[in-house]
Amino acid sequence: MLLEIKNLHAKVEGKEILKGINLNINEGEVHAIMGPNGSGKSTLAQVLAGREDYEITEGEVIYNGKNLLELSPEDRAREGIFLAFQYPVEIPGVSNTNLLKTAMNEIRKYRGQEALDAMEFLTLLKEKMKIVELDQSLINRSVNEGFSGGEKKKNEIFQMAVLEPQLSILDETDSGLDIDALRIVANGITKLKSDKNAIIVVTHYQRLLNYIIPDFVHVLYKGQIIKSGGKDLALELEDKGYDWLKVDKFQVTG
Amino acid sequence: MSITEQKKIEEIANADYKYGFVTDIDAITLPKGLSEDIIIKISEIKNEPKFLLEWRLKAFRHWQTMVEPDWANIHYQKIDYQDISYYSAPKEKPKLNSLDEVDPKLRETFEKLGISIDEQKRLSNVAVDAVFDSVSVATSFKETLSDLGIIFCSFSDAVKNHPDLIKKYLGTVVPYTDNFFATLNSAVFSDGSFVYIPKGVRCPMELSTYFRINAANTGQFERTLIIADEGAYVSYLEGCTAPRRDENQLHAAVVELITLDNAEIKYSTVQNWYPGDKDGKGGIFNFVTKRGVARGINSKISWTQVETGSAITWKYPSCILQGDNSVGEFHSVALTNNYQQADTGTKMIHLGKNTSSTIISKGISAGKSNNSYRGLVKVTKKADNARNFSQCDSLLIGDKCGAHTFPYLDINNSSAQVEHEATTSKIGEDQIFYLNQRGISTDDAIGLIVNGYCKEVFKKLPMEFAVEAQKLLGISLEGSVG
Ligand SMILES: Nc1ncnc2c1ncn2[C@@H]1O[C@H](COP(=O)(O)OP(=O)(O)OP(=O)(O)O)[C@@H](O)[C@H]1O
Ligand SMILES: [Mg+2]
Repeated sequence: MLLEIKNLHAKVEGKEILKGINLNINEGEVHAIMGPNGSGKSTLAQVLAGREDYEITEGEVIYNGKNLLELSPEDRAREGIFLAFQYPVEIPGVSNTNLLKTAMNEIRKYRGQEALDAMEFLTLLKEKMKIVELDQSLINRSVNEGFSGGEKKKNEIFQMAVLEPQLSILDETDSGLDIDALRIVANGITKLKSDKNAIIVVTHYQRLLNYIIPDFVHVLYKGQIIKSGGKDLALELEDKGYDWLKVDKFQVTG
Repeated sequence: MSITEQKKIEEIANADYKYGFVTDIDAITLPKGLSEDIIIKISEIKNEPKFLLEWRLKAFRHWQTMVEPDWANIHYQKIDYQDISYYSAPKEKPKLNSLDEVDPKLRETFEKLGISIDEQKRLSNVAVDAVFDSVSVATSFKETLSDLGIIFCSFSDAVKNHPDLIKKYLGTVVPYTDNFFATLNSAVFSDGSFVYIPKGVRCPMELSTYFRINAANTGQFERTLIIADEGAYVSYLEGCTAPRRDENQLHAAVVELITLDNAEIKYSTVQNWYPGDKDGKGGIFNFVTKRGVARGINSKISWTQVETGSAITWKYPSCILQGDNSVGEFHSVALTNNYQQADTGTKMIHLGKNTSSTIISKGISAGKSNNSYRGLVKVTKKADNARNFSQCDSLLIGDKCGAHTFPYLDINNSSAQVEHEATTSKIGEDQIFYLNQRGISTDDAIGLIVNGYCKEVFKKLPMEFAVEAQKLLGISLEGSVG
């Protein structure tokens, strides 16, 4: 198993946000996580990536047989975890190329591989740019600075393409993309999928899942996964919203 | 900067201030204190002509009427000027024909500093005039330069061999009455560098000087004079390191630059004097007067500085744009960490017609430090069509440091076009986390962001200097977050 989340509780500023998450992910799988605003989806993503603002109060996370919670954020990245941020951060003065080259070579170093030389790296960038049809000009600009909302999201997937992570967590990558961009990015993600890696897709909408077919769909509500199902669950949610589940949940626990 | 480079820097940084050793060399040191007798003594040791002694004495008498300025945004214990020794020189100063004759102890010191005087080891294109404490000990590349008629020597040698040039230009940019520290320097300056580029000559290599303060409690009073005659060009580099001392050490240098018609001087500094320890103990007090006058038409003066050292920096490299169409530039990175204080900036004085100036200032504050930019743009009545563009950016690392900007404008001609932009930013946790998430450690993340922020200024430095400057920033910021 690639990722095993067991009874994960996390709090921030004294408030418990994640209240016992259980989730198992195998290589080759795509998991969609849906749920109303504020239910804890981004929190889960950030906790997995190692953001220190969140305090883990209970539970454990095993990634590739390792205790994930003990690793620093950079080591998690080097171990193959990638987070496409819901709100990608602007870093003035640091070009996209420079960031990726540094990231790439750090990750390679961690794995005992040699650094790529400038030519190899540029060839790689060119190839990966095609996957998300990223404009050449964006890779020489400062990271996300002055990028449109959609360009930022595209750029996250471009970085994912370059770094080839084993576990990708895509936090609302579809929001902000126009109809064509959504298709391009979604198809790009599909190309990056293999039986060796896994993807967690956090989304509010079924439309992304028309392109990236999930093996499992989970509903996160108030810090817990209250329902899991196959790809049809997403369609059902699109149709009915979340209210019927909340009642369900109330009946189960009450 | 590559990550491996950065790792090396971290090792160096962890070894504390690398240059904090003291050379054990017998020195002639004058007794502490300042008086006419001491000044006469300095002048005598140096065998100076009478005009220079008189100039020193006038400066001293004037200095006695002055009070130490307190307008800068810096705080320090009052300096006891009678508790400083004003002259220190290696005892034996033999006439040297080649570098092999340099005292091995001195050479060792330079090696430790990473300054190899050996020509083979030199970066191929740099001529070094090394200043050890107050007296120059070795000069290289002299011949190539002298074939072109270029004079590049210690100030003392220039006084001896070219007294007419000294008499003509000394104090014409920074008069001995200029300010408290410059006046003190005029009275007691020990040595420094002199450069003269004759008409129409482009100096084929970067000229470089390394300063180093050595003897304990010795004030360092350097004096540099650079003249680019009509149509001449020179790029001059100044690099500084000082050994660690617990008492604060005073440094009050004066640099004068003069460009005649169509001439250009590029003056670059990388300063990493001992900044004091983590608790703010020790460190250099750096009170420097640097000024250039673009005297001729179409002439250009540009200052580029990377300041990472000193406990206190008080420094405003300035341009007086006297010739029509003359150009002044100031590019600065000033970094403060721990308890360092910097009050630095520039003055651009527009006198001629169609003169233009550019100011790019990048302040970086970390720890509990204070970093101020102070700049004046003055356009006089007759300076038609003057232009200035100023950009002053501040970057904060952590929340215990301070950044301040004091731009002054004095515009007396309505045709002037003056633009000022200022930004303050902070390295945010979200930026660091973003980079962490891409596999980059926090120190490396800060290095990436800071180097990106300074890119515009680094571009102005000669290659080797730019690399050194990046390393210095890395060293100075080691562990400043987390
Ligand atoms: N750093 C923080 N400080 C305080 N509250 C926080 C913090 N981070 C998250 N929260 C709170 O935790 C809850 C869950 O937030 P989270 O961002 O995980 O929701 P989400 O499911 O991703 O929502 P959305 O669909 O709107 O993106 C929210 O109520 C949010 O306000
Ligand atoms: Mg969210």
